[in-house]
Amino acid sequence: MNDASFQLKGSAVSIVVIELYQFSVDSFAEQLGQKVRQAPQFFQQSPVVISLEKLTEDQPVDFTALLDICREFHLQPMALRAVPEHLVAAARETHLALIPATQRNDTELETPQAEPASSDTQPEVVVKKIVEERLVRRPTKVITRPVRSGQQVYSDGDLVVMAQVSAGAEVLADGDIHIYGTLRGRALAGVQGDTNAKIFCQNLSAELIAIAGNFILSDSLQEKCWQDAAYISLEEDSLQVQPLS
Amino acid sequence: MAKIIVVTSGKGGVGKTTTSAAMGTGLALQGFKTVVIDFDVGLRNLDLIMGCERRVVYDFVNVIKQEANLNQALIKDKRTENLYVLPASQTRDKDALTQEGVEAVLNELSETFDYIICDSPAGIEKGAQMALYFADVAIVTTNPEVSSVRDSDRILGILQSKSRRAERGEVVEEHLLLTRYNPSRVEAGEMLSVADVEDILAIPLLGVIPESEAVLKASNAGVPVILDAESDAGQAYDDAVQRLLGKELEHRFLQVPKKGFFQRILGGR
Ligand SMILES: Nc1ncnc2c1ncn2[C@@H]1O[C@H](COP(=O)(O)OP(=O)(O)OP(=O)(O)O)[C@@H](O)[C@H]1O
Ligand SMILES: [Mg+2]
Repeated sequence: MNDASFQLKGSAVSIVVIELYQFSVDSFAEQLGQKVRQAPQFFQQSPVVISLEKLTEDQPVDFTALLDICREFHLQPMALRAVPEHLVAAARETHLALIPATQRNDTELETPQAEPASSDTQPEVVVKKIVEERLVRRPTKVITRPVRSGQQVYSDGDLVVMAQVSAGAEVLADGDIHIYGTLRGRALAGVQGDTNAKIFCQNLSAELIAIAGNFILSDSLQEKCWQDAAYISLEEDSLQVQPLS
Repeated sequence: MAKIIVVTSGKGGVGKTTTSAAMGTGLALQGFKTVVIDFDVGLRNLDLIMGCERRVVYDFVNVIKQEANLNQALIKDKRTENLYVLPASQTRDKDALTQEGVEAVLNELSETFDYIICDSPAGIEKGAQMALYFADVAIVTTNPEVSSVRDSDRILGILQSKSRRAERGEVVEEHLLLTRYNPSRVEAGEMLSVADVEDILAIPLLGVIPESEAVLKASNAGVPVILDAESDAGQAYDDAVQRLLGKELEHRFLQVPKKGFFQRILGGR
């Protein structure tokens, strides 16, 4: 019926951008290493674009070394952006895509209804800006069934549980945790060290609450909002329980 | 296509086999062709409670190992029409049940039966997981005490993550059956109440079976307690069967029985 081999589609993907100010092998490797160690899972095999927009003028850049370091930390360089004149020749040697500097407000991204009527059979190829620069954020994991004793659920972003978390169950997230049911088990937010992470629950009956490694056990929890709607945050190394609403 | 029901609990001795025999008999009495399978390899209790232990020649493991065919191993119940038992062997090791073997037996039974009831062994390990793997429906048998409720919670987690339905992204229908319920001990605060257990497990309540002497009598006689229509436990199981089939009935036997006038003045129970 349909013998087309492919279809061209525009798509916007979120991507990590390394905005380079200057390049020296040692300090770049050291600083990148630090970033990656903070959130190794986040950077694992993550595609990156290296942007030279903010590069200090007339700096030489050893692209081979730069890309080697990135790959050593399990990043996947995809493209070089805004390569200045004097580096273009060297940049081409890398065989990466060279893309122009971002134009802000270049947000003609996904607007299907605005696309020209495709009634005329003329093939339409719309190539869209692929790079959308923003802080990449892991998606929220949503659980709709109870998390039962002996089960463990982890999200590398936020976690939403639309049911109960039983005693003997454990929910963990790099980000915030929301539980729209009774929390009888253990909830650990900000497990990669995010001290801004928070836990919200409809009914606080937890065995343990932890944020960025600071925890309280059931006994001390019973002093405030016990079996009530509550949220827990970290204020200067101590966990604060506050009523919701 | 038969509906496959697992009677499961995690904790041992809560009344799974009693329940399997009663529910199986109840469904058969309603006209459904029903088989109850004993997954408790090595213990073999079901045939005792159903009073057919003297007629066991071949068993579940024989069928799986193709040493006998299903028709040779199935025991037709003498009292109740439409009711069959597939007994477990007492001697063989627990590893005799393979997933492929169990699947083949269930598939063959599915062709002719309406309900297949799997009486699970205690625990949450391999044997229990085998019994629940193919289930469409689970009757989670729970006693009103903390450790039993906790085990039921674990079994529910396994059911919704390690069963065949879970692997296919489907859910297993869950029912709570609270057994050995003793209203006076609940009133005395020695046992969890129905509401407590419902609150912790958050699954629909299929029935409450009171702690009853009739159960012990029935199992000693090898007659499923549901056939003792006079008894409270028998009636409670009958209600549970009706609810499983979709009827809405009020729950009974939740209160301490009112004492008669003479018992009250004599202070007896
Ligand atoms: N409602 C009841 N009232 C009184 N006794 C009961 C009741 N239900 C079960 N029992 C008793 O509890 C004991 C265990 O019952 P049963 O064998 O059905 O449990 P089980 O869960 O199958 O045990 P196992 O885990 O060993 O297989 C038996 O002695 C039985 O008579
Ligand atoms: Mg048993």
